[in-house]
Amino acid sequence: MEWASQLCENRGLGSKMTDSKYFTTTKKGEIFELKAELNSDKKEKKKEAVKKVIASMTVGKDVSALFPDVVNCMQTDNLELKKLVYLYLMNYAKSQPDMAIMAVNTFVKDCEDPNPLIRALAVRTMGCIRVDKITEYLCEPLRKCLKDEDPYVRKTAAVCVAKLHDINAQLVEDQGFLDTLKDLISDSNPMVVANAVAALSEIAESHPNSNLLDLNPQTINKLLTALNECTEWGQIFILDCLANYTPRDDRESQSICERVTPRLSHANSAVVLSAVKVLMKFMEMLPKDLDYYGTLLKKLAPPLVTLLSAEPELQYVALRNINLIVQKRPEILKHEMKVFFVKYNDPIYVKLEKLDIMIRLASQANIAQVLAELKEYATEVDVDFVRKAVRAIGRCAIKVEQSAERCVSTLLDLIQTKVNYVVQEAIVVIKDIFRKYPNKYESVIATLCENLDSLDEPEARAAMIWIVGEYAERIDNADELLESFLEGFHDESTQVQLQLLTAIVKLFLKKPTETQELVQQVLSLATQDSDNPDLRDRGYIYWRLLSTDPVAAKEVVLAEKPLISEETDLIEPTLLEELICHIGTLASVYHKPPSAFVEGSRGVQHKRLPARAGSGESTESPDVGQSVSGVSDAPPAVIPSQGDLLGDLLNLDLTPPTTNVPPVPSSMQMGAMDLLGGGLDSLLGGDLGGSPAMGVGLGAAPVSMPVGLGAAPPVGGNLDDLFDLGGGVGMTSGSYVPAKVVWLPAMKAKGLEISGTFARRSGVIQMELSLTNKAMSVMTDFAIQFNKNSFGLAPAGPLQVLTPLSPNQTVEVSLPLGTSGPIMKMDPLNNLQVAVKNNIDVFYFSCQYPVTLLFVEDGKMDRQVFLATWKDIPSDNEAQFQIKDCHLSSDAASSKLQGSNIFTVAKRTVEAQDMLYQSIKLTNGIWVLAELRIQTGNPNYTLSVRCRAPEVSQYVSQCFELILKN
Amino acid sequence: MIGGLFIYNHKGEVLISRVYRDDIGRNAVDAFRVNVIHARQQVRSPVTNIARTSFFHVKRSNIWLAAVTKQNVNAAMVFEFLYKMCDVMAAYFGKISEENIKNNFVLIYELLDEILDFGYPQNSETGALKTFITQQGIKGQHQTKEEQSQITSQVTGQIGWRREGIKYRRNELFLDVLESVNLLMSPQGQVLSAHVSGRVVMKSYLSGMPECKFGMNDKIVIDKQGKGGANDEAGKSGKQSIAIDDCTFHQCVRLSKFDSERSISFIPPDGEYELMRYRTTKDIILPFRVIPLVREVGRTKLEVKVVIKSNFKPSLLAQKIEVRIPTPLNTSGVQVICMKGKAKYKASENAIVWKIKRMAGMKESQISAEIELLPTNDKKKWARPPISMNFEVPFAPSGLKVRYLKVFESKLNYSDHDVIKWVRYIGRSGIYETRC
Repeated sequence: MEWASQLCENRGLGSKMTDSKYFTTTKKGEIFELKAELNSDKKEKKKEAVKKVIASMTVGKDVSALFPDVVNCMQTDNLELKKLVYLYLMNYAKSQPDMAIMAVNTFVKDCEDPNPLIRALAVRTMGCIRVDKITEYLCEPLRKCLKDEDPYVRKTAAVCVAKLHDINAQLVEDQGFLDTLKDLISDSNPMVVANAVAALSEIAESHPNSNLLDLNPQTINKLLTALNECTEWGQIFILDCLANYTPRDDRESQSICERVTPRLSHANSAVVLSAVKVLMKFMEMLPKDLDYYGTLLKKLAPPLVTLLSAEPELQYVALRNINLIVQKRPEILKHEMKVFFVKYNDPIYVKLEKLDIMIRLASQANIAQVLAELKEYATEVDVDFVRKAVRAIGRCAIKVEQSAERCVSTLLDLIQTKVNYVVQEAIVVIKDIFRKYPNKYESVIATLCENLDSLDEPEARAAMIWIVGEYAERIDNADELLESFLEGFHDESTQVQLQLLTAIVKLFLKKPTETQELVQQVLSLATQDSDNPDLRDRGYIYWRLLSTDPVAAKEVVLAEKPLISEETDLIEPTLLEELICHIGTLASVYHKPPSAFVEGSRGVQHKRLPARAGSGESTESPDVGQSVSGVSDAPPAVIPSQGDLLGDLLNLDLTPPTTNVPPVPSSMQMGAMDLLGGGLDSLLGGDLGGSPAMGVGLGAAPVSMPVGLGAAPPVGGNLDDLFDLGGGVGMTSGSYVPAKVVWLPAMKAKGLEISGTFARRSGVIQMELSLTNKAMSVMTDFAIQFNKNSFGLAPAGPLQVLTPLSPNQTVEVSLPLGTSGPIMKMDPLNNLQVAVKNNIDVFYFSCQYPVTLLFVEDGKMDRQVFLATWKDIPSDNEAQFQIKDCHLSSDAASSKLQGSNIFTVAKRTVEAQDMLYQSIKLTNGIWVLAELRIQTGNPNYTLSVRCRAPEVSQYVSQCFELILKN
Repeated sequence: MIGGLFIYNHKGEVLISRVYRDDIGRNAVDAFRVNVIHARQQVRSPVTNIARTSFFHVKRSNIWLAAVTKQNVNAAMVFEFLYKMCDVMAAYFGKISEENIKNNFVLIYELLDEILDFGYPQNSETGALKTFITQQGIKGQHQTKEEQSQITSQVTGQIGWRREGIKYRRNELFLDVLESVNLLMSPQGQVLSAHVSGRVVMKSYLSGMPECKFGMNDKIVIDKQGKGGANDEAGKSGKQSIAIDDCTFHQCVRLSKFDSERSISFIPPDGEYELMRYRTTKDIILPFRVIPLVREVGRTKLEVKVVIKSNFKPSLLAQKIEVRIPTPLNTSGVQVICMKGKAKYKASENAIVWKIKRMAGMKESQISAEIELLPTNDKKKWARPPISMNFEVPFAPSGLKVRYLKVFESKLNYSDHDVIKWVRYIGRSGIYETRC
């Protein structure tokens, strides 16, 4: 209100009396004064007072106390005053529903006024008063207004139906307003048609299957007629509605396209973009050999280019859309590279988008020009822009082979500038160039190595380490270089750690004699001193490979790498298809489906492009599928940039693992997350063929799977073997994991369903959760907490749900657990009470974990100690159990139990009866000793358990039973 | 659809706040202020998503206009609407400034109520709005029934931009062809990109509901005529025709007719409006050529020489010529010598600004400057921004010519010959840059 008081002074100085003076009432007791003025007899005074009230309302002051006084002013002939009162009513009616009723009479009366402007005003305002009681009174006037003789009233009433529907959908249906609204589509006035279409479209969005917008050739024809006559905004409503229609055949499709194309010359960019949307969608149905198809393609380019001369904000929207269009139909703009050249004074958001499109359009024909431009941009001021430009040069090298050499030399020039971020960015892209053109540009390695010290960003460090590892045989001091990184190993980011581990293993495989010490050092750092499961797993795999079969290790680690894709950041085809259906809208600006940012049921429907019908193809033919799912001329293989588990394990160097995903909301990331979820499932399940997610993953990197894994078809199986192998060597990882059960049903948790299980993998206890969103709105901000429990289990990290959970989506999370939490004895002992929080609420549930979780890896007791301890524990503490129906031999049982850290200390055979003496150590240091008697031919085993804490015995026996029987 | 519309001053104080949808709360007003207006970094996008709410903003001088929504709205439409909103406000009270907005807040609320209903943009043609949103308040009562229905039919009608019964003693129209020519040239004089974006602005003072037809030397039209008639005249004019890459029209133009016959026919709004916009990239007359020469003499001195050449008929005069030569940030002093006009080093703008009032065609002028630099430790080289130029010339650099503008009004008794017509061509520099 600072400015308000300034104005107050101005007035004192005698400036002219204007409306701004109403902003000046900041004195105490103003409410009383206003009250008096509002009740004044003089019309002018009343009006002045209402203006003051509105001014206070605008700046956020509470003037609701004046409600009755303001409403009293409503009965007036003065239209201006009336509008002000209505404005006030819309704001405060909700907080004073009872008094709002007072206004009803005036509304009803106004709806009968001879002046159409007043009738419309009344019906418009009434719809904005969101009070249930009022809506009942609204129905009759609204019904009249929908059939009013004046089009201005009808077009206002049409919108009012949408308002009413928002307040009380049932009422609108019961009163039959929807049918009246449908009738208005045939109205003689184009604006009434447009508003009716807008209202119906919005209502239809919240009733996905209602078939409310019953689009048929007749209504389409009416819409197309109205399109020529209504306002620019009405044209947008109609075009957006048309885009939801699916023509019956290619003929209808063509005739609609013909009638929509003139809109491409409209001055309003939104009309143009909406027309583009309709054309892009309906074009899908046209046979490609049709002349008209080619004509249409040609007609699309000029208006898209023209959009770039609009104001910068619109340019931004246009560029985001062009980015989609270029991915879907690169042929449209392939000759228009120049218009995307960045202007010095473009706002940064326009610059970055233009650059993106330039890379997409780069081809052999225009590469020289593009490269000259990019070099120019790399010297600009804005850091993000410069980085992107440098990266773009690298992309050009990969995309256009002929230009690679020039790109590399440009990058080297840039490295010479020694500008820190330029150097780092350049190294990251040079790594990709090495990947694409092996054995061609390695001469520059020396120059790169000079800049080792200046690299402080993880991505650049990781890239440099990759280069050193990959070309270890050509770099004399590769071991020194890598060793220097090793010093601060634990301070590095995961990305760098993983890369360093792999690089050193590569180095070892290439120069085994000098680097044995180094490799041992890194393996122990990775496996023993790290909390990161990814790092540790990778470390163990290498360790095992190296110790069991160095030849196989070489085949796996130094395997030939699959080609990298020419395009980056391509939007995954199904998403692209959906986004094309949303051209012009926010979804196309965010490059995300509406369900990702719209709450509630709206926008949850996924839109799809229609299938091509012509040339006698049946809709089921595989060709159709292809033309729908991608650019059929040159389908680019989309390599998921993140989350390719196999690739990551074997160091295919696709991109950093998901843990390092920057918080940039990119749609690509979301697609990749799905892949990861699905891919993981099918990998661990060993079920490959049937899983569609894995199918995508494989299809994406089809070229050459490294021999070690890719040769045999059941990839999952091979991985299992790897893990089993681990069991033999003495490092357990494949302990028994029960199937997931539902812990928290959706009904109890406002739509959030949680199922889960526990697992112990490589010494880490993990809680594996599936979170499913069965509600209509998106869930975010997940967190988890445990109550005190018997063994002090507690989450060792936050619950990582990286992207919001959309409706009907499931996310798999594995939460590492520690055992150093607060302790309280529970009943049953293995009971765990959990609280999960999300943006909606906090939910509680309890679950029971198998005690096997707590069996630690170093639980093998020395024989002598075992004997002594057994004797030491009083025999009162011994408990005996029967395990029935078990058909394993004693050796099989022993190895099975060992998988879960139940170690056989000794075995004795007496009279065809095997006795296994076993030891278990729990996380809290308690030892459990067991004797398992197995009689040949008898499926019933006898288990005797001795423990100083006898209450544990029962749970241990349950574990035996579970493990042996699974 | 649009859920709410806010207007802020430069400090982030709300001047106007109108909420259309229930899902937009009062906190949205603050969210935008905190996250965008008061944000520390430069604005990286005109669309911001804060807590699942999307904000679209544009700035006019130091006033922020923000539209808010929680739905998947048509983003292009929202921006078009915000621009339109600015136009409407400007038409009512002039410049969009804090003072004007406060002085007219009641009017603005009234306008917002009319042109945005439940977040759907409605008729926003100023011509139509001014017939019934007048801030006189009383007008509603004294209108006759006919007047009222005339208003409503205009607001909702097919010709929403013009009212009936307009009368002028003198029927007159003005056509301005305004072009801005854009260029990006390499230091070697190679054209990297060039285009003209032009506008045909019309001021019409015509009685009744006149039907107009506009003709220009559009290559497609001329070629078509040439084929039909095959006479000398068509051949001659065919040479002077221009290839238009794309054009867009005011909503009064019948687009389907343009699409099928490429003829531009319309009933014009009254007063001033923009009839069409177009873009050309071929055979552009570049009015000026800039030849830069920058030489670094050691680490502390730069020598700059820039020659400009005018490239049009000697009888024509270019005006308001300004050449802007950027200087490094560590400039300590500049000496300039120029043959014509005035040149000055402006330290605050990091540039030498050279101004010439007038210059005829086919002439040449030159400036040379010595720039002293302070030694710095900055490793990064100076980025050398391009040399930019401003000018105004009395012709259309695209080569566009108006061939005719015919006016037909069947009901009133005036003919095409009675209309006084004025045509003017102005070519201005858009972004006219030469790298150095």
